[in-house]
Amino acid sequence: MTEAEVIERIDSSLAEEFELDRTDMTAEANIYEDLGLDSLDTVDMVIVLEGAFDFKIREEEAIRAIRTLGDIHRFVLGKVTENS
Amino acid sequence: MLLNVVVTGIGIISPLGHSFEELMDALLAGESGVRVVPELEKIGGLRSRLAARVEGIEPKQIPRKIRRSMSNMSIYAYLASQQALAMAAYPDELLSGGRTGVVVGSTLGSTETSEKFFADYFRDYSLERMKSGLFFQLMGHSCAANIAQSLGITGRVMAPSAACATSCQAIGYACEQIAFGRQDAILCGGADEFHPLTTATFDVMHAASTGFNQQPDASPRPFDHDRDGIVCGEGSGILLLEKKSLAEARGATILAEIIGFATTSDTSSIANPDVGAMHECMQLALEDAGMEPGELDYVNAHATGTRQGDLAEAEAICRLVGDRTPVSSLKGHLGHTMAASGAIELSASIGMMRRGELVATRNLQQIDEDCAGLLHLQQNRKLRPRVILKNNFAMGGINASVVIRSATHD
Repeated sequence: MTEAEVIERIDSSLAEEFELDRTDMTAEANIYEDLGLDSLDTVDMVIVLEGAFDFKIREEEAIRAIRTLGDIHRFVLGKVTENS
Repeated sequence: MLLNVVVTGIGIISPLGHSFEELMDALLAGESGVRVVPELEKIGGLRSRLAARVEGIEPKQIPRKIRRSMSNMSIYAYLASQQALAMAAYPDELLSGGRTGVVVGSTLGSTETSEKFFADYFRDYSLERMKSGLFFQLMGHSCAANIAQSLGITGRVMAPSAACATSCQAIGYACEQIAFGRQDAILCGGADEFHPLTTATFDVMHAASTGFNQQPDASPRPFDHDRDGIVCGEGSGILLLEKKSLAEARGATILAEIIGFATTSDTSSIANPDVGAMHECMQLALEDAGMEPGELDYVNAHATGTRQGDLAEAEAICRLVGDRTPVSSLKGHLGHTMAASGAIELSASIGMMRRGELVATRNLQQIDEDCAGLLHLQQNRKLRPRVILKNNFAMGGINASVVIRSATHD
């Protein structure tokens, strides 16, 4: 899977789950302030990403540092690379 | 007598319309909300194929963060609550003052949500796919909590659950909260969502309609000779009750007064109704209202179309008012909307007061001789009732009756 395909899968999964407008989903977008997610959503975000990429990330410390969509892209790309 | 509690707003999501006025138009026109539900054919052992579903609701009209904790029953309850507040022109600033509450129940938490969760869980007994909104849809007070959370209501929140008597109880308990001075206003009523297991609950007890699967609008048939059971429905009925003096002070339009309430436990059987217990409940509600049976202008029966339930209620009503007072059931139009039925049908009774016309029992073509002796309404009757008794009698031996009076009684 290419980097662009990973990012597309992330964005489409999150857009569907959280009913986001794709035009708002820039790498710089803060997931709380710009995309409107909250703490309950971050629980579901992990489940959605685990389902989309068939990996386990719930216990990863790095998730707590995620603030932007770009952070998610980098985190998932790292996991995908690590697992490949 | 409860002298100080009035109805100022009504919200309806039902198989026959998504507002109070749409519901009344459909009922007075004699329409049926019962349809064949093809998905029921897939369920082994289930004989009934009918249900009265809510159609045409677009859940995405509700913001995602509010909706994520809602199953269909909470969606219906939320939309009905919005309608009730709008009809009453209830000021937003009163919602968060602690003097406005919510008393709304359902028969269960969401069965559909429960089914989806367990279908996934049983694959590998893993909780790793469990989303955060699940619990909020399963909890017993899901509808009440979702209404309070989404509308910013900070007073008392309660969720009575008593099967088919749920919303009749909710209205009565809300009324008592206001009459006792604990709250100034309460959104009250009930909601339920259709699930095949609800139909199955009645089918296994031979209490679901199975003989009219090819003629959906011919069932259920309250009090009729050919009645063969319940048709399950869904929806929500929500009333805004207010302390009368405060409603008058803010210039609210008063739709009706709640003047009496009783609820009792029939311990003769958890499933089968007892005539004496039903009569006692109605009598107690009338005593609470300070009324005599002869002062009733209309009785809105629970009558669901089952052999035993209709028979017992007919005998109990006959014992109360003989053949002097018009009686009808709305289940032939709406099916049995379960926890919503009391509130939807009480709302319809208020509609009859306001429209000046009593709605006949749909599908009552040949009055069963075992249900005879009442003044059954087989055709609508032009009459503006002043005092109405509304019954709900539920599985579990729970009986409830409410007495309402027209706002223009003086």
